[in-house]
Amino acid sequence: MNTALLYSLVGIGLFSLGLYALIVHAHLLRKILAINVMGSGVFLLLIALAKRTATPLPDAVPHAMVITGIVVTVAATALALTLMVRVAMENHRAELSDQSQE
Amino acid sequence: MVPSSEIPWGALLILLPLAAAILCFVWPKLAVVTGVVTMLLLTLAVGGFAWQLQREGLYQHAVGGWETPLGIGLYGDGLSLLMLAMTVLVGLAITLYARSYFNQKQARVFWPLWLLLLAALNALFLSADIFNLYITLEMVGLAAVALVALKGGRDALNGAMRYLLATLLGSLTYLLGVALLYHSYGTVDLVLLAERIDNSPVVWAALGLMGAGLLLKTALFPLHFWLPAAHASAPAPISALLSALLVKASFYIFLRLWLVLFAPLGGDVALLLGLLGAVAILWGSWQALRQTRLKLLVAYSTVAQIGYLFVAFPLAAAAGAMLWNGVSYLMLSHALAKAAMFLAAGNLLLFGGHDRIAELDRAVQRLPISTAAFALAGVSIMGVPPSGGFIGKWLLLEAAIEQGYWLLAAVMVVGGLLASAYIFKVVGYAFTRSTATPEPQSIPMGMEWAALLLAIASILLGFTAPWVFALLGIGDPFGGGAP
Repeated sequence: MNTALLYSLVGIGLFSLGLYALIVHAHLLRKILAINVMGSGVFLLLIALAKRTATPLPDAVPHAMVITGIVVTVAATALALTLMVRVAMENHRAELSDQSQE
Repeated sequence: MVPSSEIPWGALLILLPLAAAILCFVWPKLAVVTGVVTMLLLTLAVGGFAWQLQREGLYQHAVGGWETPLGIGLYGDGLSLLMLAMTVLVGLAITLYARSYFNQKQARVFWPLWLLLLAALNALFLSADIFNLYITLEMVGLAAVALVALKGGRDALNGAMRYLLATLLGSLTYLLGVALLYHSYGTVDLVLLAERIDNSPVVWAALGLMGAGLLLKTALFPLHFWLPAAHASAPAPISALLSALLVKASFYIFLRLWLVLFAPLGGDVALLLGLLGAVAILWGSWQALRQTRLKLLVAYSTVAQIGYLFVAFPLAAAAGAMLWNGVSYLMLSHALAKAAMFLAAGNLLLFGGHDRIAELDRAVQRLPISTAAFALAGVSIMGVPPSGGFIGKWLLLEAAIEQGYWLLAAVMVVGGLLASAYIFKVVGYAFTRSTATPEPQSIPMGMEWAALLLAIASILLGFTAPWVFALLGIGDPFGGGAP
């Protein structure tokens, strides 16, 4: 097994782990963290697969994608955390509520 | 002076709202003026873009002079034009409505986010590669989540949070698919991918991942769980743009990928999509019929109408371009009609202070313009001639009957009947007197007319089909769809 394949499998593992945590945990901070783990999994896969050819230099395009993706993830996480604080203040706990106001 | 044929309309469509959003953010006092002026300029720009597209046949632009393998390419054809025109039409009405709807404090937040959303939507419809589509999809999603949460309150915040988690899950799944495709073919450009793609397990995995992510965002049954809460709890103009534009944005990406990459491979997948669409029609309409709150009814009706878009997939292989014309038309007419419905529902909610359907209390007499808007939009949703919805649904029904898909045809007819049932339920209560009569609030004229104009436009669409189909044909977006 070569290194690129190993890292790709770890990436897919992280993605699945994050997906599992996103579904089973009710606490919003855990859900947000789970999404971040999923994102890291995708990024790891992209970086690992950047070594497409036998040449020592990897393909730079996936690296650029990962940089862009990290920027997006940071923005999304910031929004999610702010929203979580507001939701926690309304619901009196950091979990989603199914009850409507009326 | 630059001749108008050389003005880069496509780039302006993205840059204008982006610059205006920043302006609104820096000078909140100018927010409303900037918003309205930008919307008018955008309308002009879509007109210019349409004219340019008609002359030149296809719009292609390499941003900053960097060619596609390295840089970002913009690409536009008839389908992009239809989506841009849809965005501008709905956008004009929402701008007119929002001018009176929001108080000063909310307006400071609304206008920058709304313009940012417009920039992201326009960029999405002009993107030529699957990674750029991911970025624009994420921008659209984040702006939309912030807009849902805009008014605060428990329902809106919970709806926004649920929406945010669903949208992030959808886009990350999509991105994983992008990573797999890039690894296999070394490009993210749609045209190059179409040339290189072959039938391999990796492509199927990528199709599954990207498709699942996009279907989650499009809220196809059974992935619609987040939609009713988010769409019903948002302020009226936001609900309108969520149901009219956002759901269509992810469907647009799905359609593009399907036409270019996956249609030549798919077979049974198309049938599965059609079946899910059929279940969505029945389930969504049935749920809509059961609702006691007006905005939830309209939101479930969206779930049902999305089903119609997917019913087309198994029919497409044999029917070809005309069927996709019908789907595009259905998208356009649903966008106009559903936006009109949500705006009208917003007026009724504001007027009576609640949106309980059973207590609409003679809305016909007391709020005639909004009720008329709701009923006219309902005509288009039901698919009764001469509305825009009729043209789209007729083309679908015709193809289903010709190809012997009797089950799908029956579901479409039953869906239309259920739609008329839930629309008449609302209109019926609007005629009757109810016991509790709260003090009515006055509704600004602009908000009533925004809803009515959209509803009238969704009916008028029934007469413009040949003209719209000619524009759709530019650049032959559906040519590669049918083998």
